[in-house]
Amino acid sequence: MLTGKVAVVTGASRGIGREIAVTLAAKGAAVIVNYNGSEARAMEAVKEIEAAGGKAEAIQCNVSDFEKASELIAYVIKQYGRLDILVNNAGITRDNLLMKMSEEDFDAVLNTNLKGAFNCIRHVARQMLKQKSGRIINISSVSGIMGNAGQVNYSASKAGVIGITKSVARELASRGITSNAVAPGFIDTEMTQVLPDSVKEAVVEQIPMKHFGAAKDIAETVAFLASDEAKYITGQVICVDGGMAM
Amino acid sequence: MLERMKEIIAEQLSVEEEIVTESSSFKEDLGADSLDLFELVMALEDEYSIEIPSDDLQNLLTVGDVMNYLKDKGVEA
Repeated sequence: MLTGKVAVVTGASRGIGREIAVTLAAKGAAVIVNYNGSEARAMEAVKEIEAAGGKAEAIQCNVSDFEKASELIAYVIKQYGRLDILVNNAGITRDNLLMKMSEEDFDAVLNTNLKGAFNCIRHVARQMLKQKSGRIINISSVSGIMGNAGQVNYSASKAGVIGITKSVARELASRGITSNAVAPGFIDTEMTQVLPDSVKEAVVEQIPMKHFGAAKDIAETVAFLASDEAKYITGQVICVDGGMAM
Repeated sequence: MLERMKEIIAEQLSVEEEIVTESSSFKEDLGADSLDLFELVMALEDEYSIEIPSDDLQNLLTVGDVMNYLKDKGVEA
């Protein structure tokens, strides 16, 4: 399905990003497993992909840094000759109630989740314009659509990602480049495993399907949006959330 | 230089080579939008192995402007 395509997945050493990387590779793409701090985990992801017969390479880069992001993308294009799929997944949380949230916690989340996405898109656009094709998939969140108490920073970043997604879709649609967002609900990953049981129970009550999703649910949606079959879909936000936001 | 440039411009903007002249305005005569111009500049960068900063784009309104710009950059036909 994605044979011959080159994909960059940011924040791919763990959680949803890792599952996206594994899934895109299983469908034939050569995948750049980008990570910031978790080198060992990124290497594990690469090994897992290679063991399954796929192609992958781990590359360290803090995508919130404009110049570093530029170097990452330039390296991929030089090494692989093309870049077909960009998945902006790198994200962090610094949850706190508004009245307790520090400026630093706000900025850190915006820098990684929102600016990081902009940085990568900004640098891949040129290559995708040249190719007259490309798939940009941004990982948003149900929190960015509905808001979430304790996540003023995170929800702002994820709502911002939707704005970028739609504006980029409009700018590049005529050149065969699509830009879409996937908005996960509560997915069983390390990011949500740290939530107290009381919070998890309250969350489950809000999910019509009454259970958390799996990273694979997100990865399969991303893989579809990355495929040729999804060529007429752009500027959309696909919620994969068990019915939370509707 | 004009002949090769005409080819590139015609290809990038999907117009007939015959209508491309030194005085052609990209937007008014050749129907280019801003993204077309960006793509044209990328093609010229590849062809002549130079770098054209995005800020310079606003001064490149006609085919002649681009020719003069390239000459200033030391590009020889």
